[in-house]
Amino acid sequence: MSETAPQPKTAASNPPVQPIASNLLPSDVVRISATKDVPQPTRQLEKVAKLIDVSKCIGCKACQSACIEWNDTKPEVETNVGVYENPHDLTPNMFTLMRFTEWVNPETDNLEWLIRKDGCMHCEDPGCLKACPAPGAIVQYSNGIVDFIHENCIGCGYCVTGCPFDIPRISKTDHKSYKCTLCSDRVAVGQGPACAKACPTQAIVFGTKDDMIAHANERVEDLKSRGYENAGIYDPAGVGGTHVFYVLHHADKPSIYDKLPDDPRISPVVEGWKGVTKTAGLAVMGVAAVGAAIHGIFARANKVDEHEEKEAEKLVSSGGSDDRGAV
Amino acid sequence: MVRPVYSEPGDRIESTRPVTVSRYRGFIRANHWITALSLILLLLSGLAFFHPSLYFLTGLFGGGQTARWLHPVIGVVLFVSFMVMFIQLWRLNLPTPDDRKWLNQIGDVVKGNEENLPELGKYNAGQKFIFWGMTLLIVVLIVSGVMIWEQFFGDLVSIPTRRWAVLTHALAAVAIILVFILHVYAAFWTRGTLRAMTRGTVTGGWAYRHHRKWLRELAGRRQNGPAE
Repeated sequence: MSETAPQPKTAASNPPVQPIASNLLPSDVVRISATKDVPQPTRQLEKVAKLIDVSKCIGCKACQSACIEWNDTKPEVETNVGVYENPHDLTPNMFTLMRFTEWVNPETDNLEWLIRKDGCMHCEDPGCLKACPAPGAIVQYSNGIVDFIHENCIGCGYCVTGCPFDIPRISKTDHKSYKCTLCSDRVAVGQGPACAKACPTQAIVFGTKDDMIAHANERVEDLKSRGYENAGIYDPAGVGGTHVFYVLHHADKPSIYDKLPDDPRISPVVEGWKGVTKTAGLAVMGVAAVGAAIHGIFARANKVDEHEEKEAEKLVSSGGSDDRGAV
Repeated sequence: MVRPVYSEPGDRIESTRPVTVSRYRGFIRANHWITALSLILLLLSGLAFFHPSLYFLTGLFGGGQTARWLHPVIGVVLFVSFMVMFIQLWRLNLPTPDDRKWLNQIGDVVKGNEENLPELGKYNAGQKFIFWGMTLLIVVLIVSGVMIWEQFFGDLVSIPTRRWAVLTHALAAVAIILVFILHVYAAFWTRGTLRAMTRGTVTGGWAYRHHRKWLRELAGRRQNGPAE
């Protein structure tokens, strides 16, 4: 170990030959699941982003292969059911997935083959982290990466509930939640994500968020000049922007790309559950428990007296009839 | 035989001097304590997931992963045991006209002036509220709980439905904890009640004070000889 790794600006560079110290440290964490008052880091890492330009994607799935290889996951071999998705969905062992849509453009009557690369969007305001009940199971670094810390994960699936993009998958084997890490372990040593490095057409590129926005703008410009007048950037504001974002040739209707949410945000139901319900619920239960305990100790108890015991004997020996008559 | 109106067929006067009355037999008591223990374990493990400040409670179960899989299993135990109790208790927990009078005089209830209240059967309106409250909330909790049971039912409902289920589960859990506190509090405050669920009997005076119609019916049944 000699030098500290630089912050990566591209996925294209090759790693140095010498060992290199990690530059993505526990002290760079800005948010931690189920943890208040996270000490704010002394340095701010440059925000990173992965840009997926769907107009350049050829659907080769090199990104999926690179992802499997780098993360050493082993997705199950499935059967061909006549669609291009393989596997059929994201799984605990497949963090990214090409999703294919055959879409007839109503304006041109042309069939368009839309491909996008599904996976964690690394939201600036992550719903998974908000929903997670386990302290430290989900963290967000100051460079924008949202990462699952598996040793703290309890497998409850609340992150699934919180995520606006339907990304996390819970393993049936170890009961922990998995998703794209944005190759945080590569970024830590100055490298870009494996998928971006593998992409043969540079449909996936990686760098600082500012650089990626600038590049995306150029791409949008280019697409517009080619007649895609609705081309644009998909960097949804509802979740504070994302650190994986798209260039779409039909940015006016994201949902045609296999249900990419038009306006994703953390569901108000989740906000209500993790907000007022949690706080007010705890307060109400606490007050009730303490109040009942104090009242139980100090209030006059409801006691049976000797007279009532005698009355009971009379009632029983009279067979249930007393001055009020039998029932 | 005609079914008794204010008592269960198994309730009976055990001794006369002093009077003791059998209120719950062994099976129902054992089952009640299974329900009670399950509820307490559910409360402790559930609260751990409800609020980060209570996450340490997972330590009682050997960690978050264990608490996570155990919680719904205990939930099923509670549901089954409560359903057995429901079948045994629901009939005498149906509302009666006396309940309205009792509720209208809730002030006398709280002050302990029971001489002003109507004579009651085996349960008063407060006990019936606990019974039906628990029933409703347990049904809500088991249904919403299954919907969010990731390990076995992760694909049962859509994610938007699951969001509502998790919110409903949390709200119902808060409500059932309040009902539980009320139940425990009332059992302590009304002295002489707990033994009904431990030894199974209550004193004649307790029955005379709180559930006189019940006592009266048992006394009449005893006078007329066992009906069996």
